[in-house]
Amino acid sequence: MVATPESLPLPAAHEEPRFRTCASTGLKIHLAAQTLIKANAVTAVVFLAIGGLFGLLVALTRWPAVHLLPADWFYLVLTAHGLDVLLLWIIFFEIAILYFASAVLLGSRIAAPRVAWAAYALMLIGGLITNVAVLQGGSTVMFTSYTPMMAAPNFYLGLIIFAVGALVALGVFFGTLVVARDERTYEGSVPLVTFGAITAAIIAVFTLASGAIILIPTYLWSLGLISMPDPLTYKLIWWGMGHSSQQINVSAHVSIWYLIAAVVLGAKPLSEKVSRMAFFLYILFLQLASAHHLMVEPGLSSEWKVFNTSYAMYLAVLGSMIHGMTVPGAIEAAQRANGYDKGLFGWLRHAPWGNPAFAGMFLSLIMFGFIGGISGVVLGTEQINLIMHNTIYVPGHFHGTVVAGTTLAFMAGTWLLLPLIFQREIIWPRIARWQPYIFAIGAGGISLFMMGAGTLGVARRHWDITFADASMSFSYPPAAFLMMGLNGICALFAATGGIMYILTVVATVLWGKRIADGQAVQLASPKARVVTEYGSIEHPKIPGTIILTVIFFVAFVLYYYVNWKYLAEVWPMR
Amino acid sequence: MSNQEHTNERVPVMQRVLDNPFLLLFLGVTMPTVLYIIWGIIEIAQIPVAP
Repeated sequence: MVATPESLPLPAAHEEPRFRTCASTGLKIHLAAQTLIKANAVTAVVFLAIGGLFGLLVALTRWPAVHLLPADWFYLVLTAHGLDVLLLWIIFFEIAILYFASAVLLGSRIAAPRVAWAAYALMLIGGLITNVAVLQGGSTVMFTSYTPMMAAPNFYLGLIIFAVGALVALGVFFGTLVVARDERTYEGSVPLVTFGAITAAIIAVFTLASGAIILIPTYLWSLGLISMPDPLTYKLIWWGMGHSSQQINVSAHVSIWYLIAAVVLGAKPLSEKVSRMAFFLYILFLQLASAHHLMVEPGLSSEWKVFNTSYAMYLAVLGSMIHGMTVPGAIEAAQRANGYDKGLFGWLRHAPWGNPAFAGMFLSLIMFGFIGGISGVVLGTEQINLIMHNTIYVPGHFHGTVVAGTTLAFMAGTWLLLPLIFQREIIWPRIARWQPYIFAIGAGGISLFMMGAGTLGVARRHWDITFADASMSFSYPPAAFLMMGLNGICALFAATGGIMYILTVVATVLWGKRIADGQAVQLASPKARVVTEYGSIEHPKIPGTIILTVIFFVAFVLYYYVNWKYLAEVWPMR
Repeated sequence: MSNQEHTNERVPVMQRVLDNPFLLLFLGVTMPTVLYIIWGIIEIAQIPVAP
C-alpha cells in the first residue's frame, strides 16, 4: 500500500480532495471516504459485539438444560439482540460497503462528506436511543414491535432517527455515483461490485422508507396523539422494512463475494451481463418476499400471497441461483488460469483456504445457498409454509441467511478492509485463519438445529418449551429438546468465532503493524486490479462448478419434496 | 476502471437501463410499493368492519 497523498484538480469541490494510491490494487482512495468507511465499519463491529452477546444469552436460555435468563430478561434481551444485529450491525457495515464500492472502486471523491458525517451521527444517536429504551425495560416488544404492544416513545423515535440517517447516507452514495460520472473517474459501465452495491442501496431506500412510514404514526400513537395503527396494516408495512432489510444484506454480501474473488484470486465474472441481470432481478422482485411473513393472515388474499412469493419471489431466487453458480464459476476459471487445472476439483483443493477472506466468503456462499436459500423458498410457498409458520424454523432460516450468509461474508470482507483501508497488518493471523471455520460451524449448526426444532413444532419465541407454568400441559417430542440443546452448543461455537473476530479486528485496528509505503497488501492477489474493471473472463472452463450446481439442485428438489410429503402427513387429505 | 473500446457503437437498450442508477431506483421502489404495499393495503381496506 502506498501512502503518497496526491491531489486531483476537481473544480466542483470547494476544498481540494486528498487521495492516496494503493500499491497492490492501484485504487485511488479519497481520504475523507476512507475515514467515513472506518467510522461506519468500527461502529458496526461494536454493535455486533453487543448484539452477539445478547444472542448468546438468548441461545443459552432456549437451551432447556441451561435455561439461563428469567422470562422478563429473556424477552428484553431478545428484543435488543434483534435490534443490534439485524439492523445496526448490518446497516452500519453496509454503509461502509456502499462508500467503498462508490468512492473507492470508482476512484472518486465522496460526495458531501460533511453530510455523510451528519448521517453517521443520526444513525448512531438513533441506535443508542433505541438501545437505551430497550434496556430501560419499557420496550420489550421484540424487534417486530407489533401493535397493539406499545413500546416507550423513544424506542420508535430512535428507529426513526436511525432510518433517516441511513437514508441520508444512501443519498451520499447516489451523489457519489453522480460525482464519479460527471468527473469521468470511470468510463462506460460501473464495475460489477459497484453495481451490486447500487442494488443494495435501491433496496435500502424502499426498506428505510417503509420503516419511516409505519414507525412515525406508531411513535405518535405511543405519545397519545393519534389512535392505534391498524395491526394488519402495521404488519404489512413493517415487514416492508423488516424483511427487505435482509434483502439489502443479500445484495451486499453477493457483492462481497464478487469483491473477494476478484481481490484474492483476480477472478473476473463469468459474464458481466448475466450477473447484472441477476442483480436486476433482485431490484425488481427481491423485496416482495416480505409477504412470506403474512402467509397465514386471513385478511390478505391468496392471490396477493402467491403472486408476491411463489411467482415474483422465485424470479429473485433465480437471481440468487445465478450468483450461486457464477461466483464459484469465476473462482474456478481464475484458479484454472492460475495453473490449478488438474481434474474436476483441483482448483478447489488448491484454493487459498488459509486466507480468512477467501475461506469466509466460500463458506458463506455454500451455507447461504444450501441452508438460507433453500429454506427461504420453502417458507415462501404458501402451502408448506403452514408446517413451520411462526415456529423456530423461521429464525433457523434467517440465521442461515443473515448469520451464515451475510455476517460471515462481512467478516470475510473485513480481513481485506483491514489492510486496504485501515492500512494495518492483521495482528494475529493464525486466529484470523481459524475464525471463519469456527464461526461457520456455529452459524451453520444453529441454523440447521433451529430449523429441525421448528419442523417439530417448537414455537419461535417462547421462553420455556417445557411450558412448566401452563395450566394445560403440552410436551414436544424428545427430539425437539435434543435439537434445542445442539442449537445451544452451536451457539457457543458461533460466539467463539465471533469473539475471535472482534478481538482480532479491534487489536489490529489499535495495535496492528502499519503497512508501509509501497508494501503489498496482505491477502490480495497481484491481479486484484480486475475488481475495478468491466468485462468477463474469456472462454471459461468450469466443469467442477457444473457438478456443484447439480448437487445443489438435487438437494433443493429433495428438500422441497420432503416438505410437501411432510405437509401431506400432518394434514391428510381424505 | 471500465473500458468501452468502441465508443461509437450503439449501446444496447438493456445496458443503458442498467447503467442508469436513478431509473433502477425508480423501478426498485415502484415495484414493491405497488405490488406489495398498495395492493396489500387495498385488500386490508376491503375487509368488512365487524358488526
